[in-house]
Amino acid sequence: MSMKISTSDFKERVDKGIQDSFMRGAVVGAQERMGTRRLDATIELGNWEEWRKHGEEIRKHVLDHLDYYLEQLSENVTKRGGHVFFAQTAEQANEYIKGVIKEKNAKKVVKAKSMVTEEIHLNQCLEDAGCEVIETDLGEYILQVDDHDPPSHIVVPALHKNKEQIRDVFSEKLGYKKTEKPEELAWHAREMLRQEYLTADVGITGCNFAVAETGSISLVTNEGNADLVTSLPKTQITVMGMERLVPTFDEMEVLVSLLTRSAVGQKLTSYITVLTGPREEHDVDGPEDFHLVIVDNGRSSILGGEFQSILQCIRCAACINVCPVYRHVGGHSYGSIYSGPIGAVLSPLLGGYDNYKELPYASTLCGACTEVCPVKIPLHELLHKHRQTIVEKEGKAPISEKLAMKAFGLGAASPSLYNLGSKFAPTAMLPFTSGDKISKGIGPLKAWTEIRELPAPNKERFRDWFKNRDKGGEPS
Amino acid sequence: MKVTLFATCLVDMFQSNVGIATVELLEHLGCEIDFPTAQVCCGQPSYNSGYVKESKEAMKTMINTFSHAEYIVSPSGSCVAMFHEYKHIFKDDPVWGPKAKELASKSYELTQFIVDVLKIEDVGARFKGKVTYHTSCHMTRLLGVKKAPMVLLSNVRDLEFTELPGKEQCCGFGGTFSVKMAQISEQMVDEKVAHVEETGADYLIGADAGCLMNIGGRIERNLKPIKVLHIAEILNSR
Repeated sequence: MSMKISTSDFKERVDKGIQDSFMRGAVVGAQERMGTRRLDATIELGNWEEWRKHGEEIRKHVLDHLDYYLEQLSENVTKRGGHVFFAQTAEQANEYIKGVIKEKNAKKVVKAKSMVTEEIHLNQCLEDAGCEVIETDLGEYILQVDDHDPPSHIVVPALHKNKEQIRDVFSEKLGYKKTEKPEELAWHAREMLRQEYLTADVGITGCNFAVAETGSISLVTNEGNADLVTSLPKTQITVMGMERLVPTFDEMEVLVSLLTRSAVGQKLTSYITVLTGPREEHDVDGPEDFHLVIVDNGRSSILGGEFQSILQCIRCAACINVCPVYRHVGGHSYGSIYSGPIGAVLSPLLGGYDNYKELPYASTLCGACTEVCPVKIPLHELLHKHRQTIVEKEGKAPISEKLAMKAFGLGAASPSLYNLGSKFAPTAMLPFTSGDKISKGIGPLKAWTEIRELPAPNKERFRDWFKNRDKGGEPS
Repeated sequence: MKVTLFATCLVDMFQSNVGIATVELLEHLGCEIDFPTAQVCCGQPSYNSGYVKESKEAMKTMINTFSHAEYIVSPSGSCVAMFHEYKHIFKDDPVWGPKAKELASKSYELTQFIVDVLKIEDVGARFKGKVTYHTSCHMTRLLGVKKAPMVLLSNVRDLEFTELPGKEQCCGFGGTFSVKMAQISEQMVDEKVAHVEETGADYLIGADAGCLMNIGGRIERNLKPIKVLHIAEILNSR
């Protein structure tokens, strides 16, 4: 529920997405660029399929032994003087973080990009408590300045905006006076943010991977903002989804290799930051106080079930970058901070079918997502599993569809019924047929013929042709 | 070689010309065709919509209908991919599990069968025209057949081939998706048609009746001067 970003219904959101030509242009451009770069990076690395398999094994192993590694992580963080809090719900996580902020009497928080904090709506909660929260990732900063516009992509949160729109946002909200050149925009944000780092009381980050063996957390970024967030403020709070860990640095290396290539087509990002506990005596910087908040928020109910493999996700967004549906409707259409194929699988699990029942159907099951996933999550199969769950367990499918599918099932299962049905189809469709096509169908065909012509059923079915041919071409 | 034809319900009812071309082509290549009339639909429309229980009877009918076959060949990558899916659907079923596995082991998409089983790369076809080819998602990603249609098309005499931009991108058919998510499907098929137009080709070729009905139906609605043909029809042109 908490990752919800819209109150309008699915169809309205999709309509709005389809009509947003700026967003669509930006998404198509980004998909083309990132798709090519991803492919080139995988070819350059070589043996990509073996890397994927290895990545999958690591993620599966961690999920199968999650209790063990969480305990190890927690022990090692504590040993290094950090505090660990395990939050079962979003509310518990927010309350704990609010508690730390109050205890420190903190007035200002700087944040590095984190999807899990978006998921639990942490910013809202801290702002309500009177704390100023500043996002320091450029994309997140743009969205925050633009009246908290929600992210539309898990790696490139402001993907839906083009540079002209960003210039307008900066002009209106920050008094920006320069052009839409990305360098000038970035420089302006940099100047604004530098002051914030220096005056912030608390730094909050997400976590790409925590290393159980050492109690470290890692952050993969291209802007270096996470380094400032974790080294300048006196207190650091890191929030992580409970599945985001690896046993040792060896496994982290494999997953980072898969992540950076799959996400942005880079061998390595500009910064990969690893932090272990609070500052020690000989350290020149780093926080005096370190808190690790491990968030469940519905994940433990996915564990051990038929959707467990979705927890293998390393949030690279490769699936989003190839998705032909996302391409046309954009991230906000999903109504969740998790969009694209990963979002269509994860959102109903974390946020419930009542909020996200359409998402599993917003896919042609084309399998492009499954093909690129660096940890081999069978995304399109999970989307199908959702559909099965909605029909068979949740009973949430429309009655008309249920009846139609029952009838289809019966007809398709029985050769004689199928034979009869297909034989009389041309006659039944005759009122709607003009020449060799149907342009105005009714019932379920209406949605088809509103967009495309439907060929009229053959007067002589293939099976009739075949039979007649056996008889030497005599009509039956 | 005896080949048992799985025509698919779309071809049977809407595209008998594709079925006829398939039969003539395979006969030309020396195969003897058998068409079991008890064949129905593979169950994919209801299965993909989440109605797994309702679809199983159709699947069992198909397993029984084709149990005698040595080779099952179909002019649809998607429907053959569905035959391969049966083994996962029935994997815990002691009776139907082994039968489903056997069915999958002898099921082939048409071009895959010609190249991989018959070991023929040139079917002796001649087709005059500028063509482009849409790679269907299920055929390439689920069934893994990518090269066979290209190899066969490359050997067709007089055929001028031009690559389709974004050929691996879904056309927006997706079975019931095309009507359930019609507004999104429309955007997808429009982009596909625009890509086809960009190539300047006179013909769009594909190997799946579903995708071709979708793209072809949109082309026809928008009165574009592009003809849509199944690869069997090209390979059967002489």
